[in-house]
Amino acid sequence: MDPTAAKFIGAGLACFALIGAGIGIGNIFGNYLSGALRNPSAAPGQFTNLLIGFALAEATGLFGLLIALIILFS
Amino acid sequence: MHQFEINRLAEIEIFGIDASFTNSSLFMVLGVALITGFFALAMNGRSLVPTRMQSVAELCYEFVANMVRENVGQAGMKYFPFVFTLFTYILVMNLLGMIPYSFTVTSHIIVTFALAALVFVVVTAIGFARHGLGYLKLFVPEGVPIWLMPLIVPIELISYLIRPISLSVRLFANMMAGHTMLKVFAGFVVSLGIFGFAPLLFTVAFTGLEFVVAFLQAFIFAVLTCIYLNDAVNMHH
Repeated sequence: MDPTAAKFIGAGLACFALIGAGIGIGNIFGNYLSGALRNPSAAPGQFTNLLIGFALAEATGLFGLLIALIILFS
Repeated sequence: MHQFEINRLAEIEIFGIDASFTNSSLFMVLGVALITGFFALAMNGRSLVPTRMQSVAELCYEFVANMVRENVGQAGMKYFPFVFTLFTYILVMNLLGMIPYSFTVTSHIIVTFALAALVFVVVTAIGFARHGLGYLKLFVPEGVPIWLMPLIVPIELISYLIRPISLSVRLFANMMAGHTMLKVFAGFVVSLGIFGFAPLLFTVAFTGLEFVVAFLQAFIFAVLTCIYLNDAVNMHH
């Protein structure tokens, strides 16, 4: 295979990590919303936890994006 | 891409190290001047009944102060200036980048990594200063069976050491991906001709979202700094 083509395919494959990030972020916000609708008074207190969970879930996906960028630009 | 390019504005070389004043440095100076100027101006009167400017400054203070109090407790208020500086700096850098034709400092990984490495070093130093070698107990969670230790301790160690990387990559990737996406969709507007209104609408909506992301990423950076500080100051695990 042409090495440049392999490079681009590899970068594309590395972006698959973002699937997991999408599932994770959707899960977190969906569960937060369903919890907040059941008990709206407790929702503001958990907002920080929501964002922390969002940040941690996103970070794992972004590692894959970082690998893709490293493959493409180095 | 053009918006991420770094240009040297003034060539400076110190002992063979390239320390040129770039457009990145220019925007950092601009941002710091904006922050300092705003807070100096807003807190100039220092009246009991705040003026409009002063209430904005007090809002910023209360926001970060509550974050530190909630996550670290009263003992953490000593480190409030550190968190507040990080928060305002990243927020202003992200928002400055949203102005067309400006430069987003935080879209370069070296900048965000320097910030995250600073947080890591400061937190580790505080931990060792407050608890001595007992700070290493952070890697040995309580109530874990002894035969699990060979597995748990390396995992805790890796998750601790990966903090600066995840902290910096999150900020950098969010800012860079957002700006790249806007650029790509803006390109579609012209190339699609009459149907260009669809990507145009998307771009407008996404610019709004980018402002939210700019604030959210600054907030998350500050909150995670608080959580790391909590580990170092209080050592509950």
